[in-house]
Amino acid sequence: MTIPLRLTLNGQPREIALDDPRVTLLDLLRERLGLTGAKKGCDRGQCGACTVLVDGRRINACLTLAASLDGAEILTIEGLAEGDTLHPVQAAFIAHDGFQCGFCTPGQIMSAVGLIREGQAGTDPERIREGMSGNLCRCGAYAGILDAVQDAAARTTEQREDAA
Amino acid sequence: MKTFDYIRPASVPEAVAAGQVPGTAFLAAGTNLVDLMKGGVATPERIVDITRLPGLSSIERLPDGATRIGALVRNSDLAYDPMFEKTYPMVAEALLAGASAQLRNAATVGGNLMQRTRCQYFTDAVSPCNKRAPGSGCAALGHATRIHAVQGWTEHCIATHPSDFCVPLAALDAVVEISGPDGTREVPLTAFHLLPGDHPERETELRPGELITALRLPPEAAFFRGHARYLKVRDRTSYAFAVVSAAAALTLEAGGRIAQARLALGGLALKPWRVAEAEAVLAGQAPSPEAYAKAADAALAGAKPTGEANAFKIELARRVAIRALTQAATGTPARIPALPASPFGIV
Repeated sequence: MTIPLRLTLNGQPREIALDDPRVTLLDLLRERLGLTGAKKGCDRGQCGACTVLVDGRRINACLTLAASLDGAEILTIEGLAEGDTLHPVQAAFIAHDGFQCGFCTPGQIMSAVGLIREGQAGTDPERIREGMSGNLCRCGAYAGILDAVQDAAARTTEQREDAA
Repeated sequence: MKTFDYIRPASVPEAVAAGQVPGTAFLAAGTNLVDLMKGGVATPERIVDITRLPGLSSIERLPDGATRIGALVRNSDLAYDPMFEKTYPMVAEALLAGASAQLRNAATVGGNLMQRTRCQYFTDAVSPCNKRAPGSGCAALGHATRIHAVQGWTEHCIATHPSDFCVPLAALDAVVEISGPDGTREVPLTAFHLLPGDHPERETELRPGELITALRLPPEAAFFRGHARYLKVRDRTSYAFAVVSAAAALTLEAGGRIAQARLALGGLALKPWRVAEAEAVLAGQAPSPEAYAKAADAALAGAKPTGEANAFKIELARRVAIRALTQAATGTPARIPALPASPFGIV
């Protein structure tokens, strides 16, 4: 049984013939489409390393069956920068040393992008920590991650105000 | 993961028809089901994908003051809906106290009701478990049972229901709307989840093919908006299941006495634990620690640990109930605290 899927992946339309209904979004990205930015940490929705945006919302790619996503728009870490210009959250992670080994970083960044879009946390450190609790960092780079998210959130707010 | 046939129906009647075949599971976000399938705990032969069914994704205020929540509304969309948060603040707080932001963005309200216990002897896929393999016994009883039930359990099953959301819903008399082979019907949430009895493999009122289409909060549920809190004690402050939780809501008379009280406890049993007597003892009373203690004692009447490991939960639940009632009397905060439902947040 082949399941036809139409996705918009990092802005590009893709048509995929899925030959196995068990394939998760994470396995589709990593094993079949060559996008290895989203990481397989726990593969059970506990670590957040696989975080991507689906229709603009951050989710765990490891717990989502690809078959259920026909028509969805997916943004992964590979689609975040515009050419050589880093996304403000990517730049903030570098500026604030928001990582050590880097394994959790694509998930942290995608989660932070989602958090800022949700617009619930602002720059409140407690709300950012709570909002990022679905992303674990075994190196313990949380202090830098918090600084990076606060900084990116503040810049995004400024940009919105400038635009308005 | 065992392989399965994948079916994507176009309507609720098609889904109900497809769901009647034995071995079928409905798939919404899959945040619990896919996890259980990966672990070999759930092994459906057919998956009926309901994620795209029309008509199940809206939040509507009805003319009589009730609110209907479509079964496919995502947890975060419900929690952040301005009308919903303002009208049912302890439900929104409970939603935001559960899981992680990623899971809340995916998980649906119908799926929340259908999630399975996190008893580690159930989820390990190999221990004897009367839920997973009926008649095989209960490996939990007598072993590591720190998180297990103190109300409503039997020797056949000592698991608890993991939902935060269901606890305030039970307190507010939520109703589950169901479509099935014989048409539609409604079940009060307090009757939806079944205590284990002799058949812990039977977990809900749903019959084969039946599908949750919506939850409904009755008009009276809105009366508690000014004095309603959810309090959750867990092993870490975020992204952890409740050890014990409480949803407490009050309406106050002009003179300050309690007119009506609602109290439901989580983490104690295979369903939210709501005791009519606990609410009755508060009616007409002035808000006071003594009155809250009487209510908490009534809510915990008959509580029994499964062993030494979870005996603490009874006293903890008593204190959590008292504190949640105290917080409810103080009044609903203007905004849900940064750490929702946390004893470490604002009180």
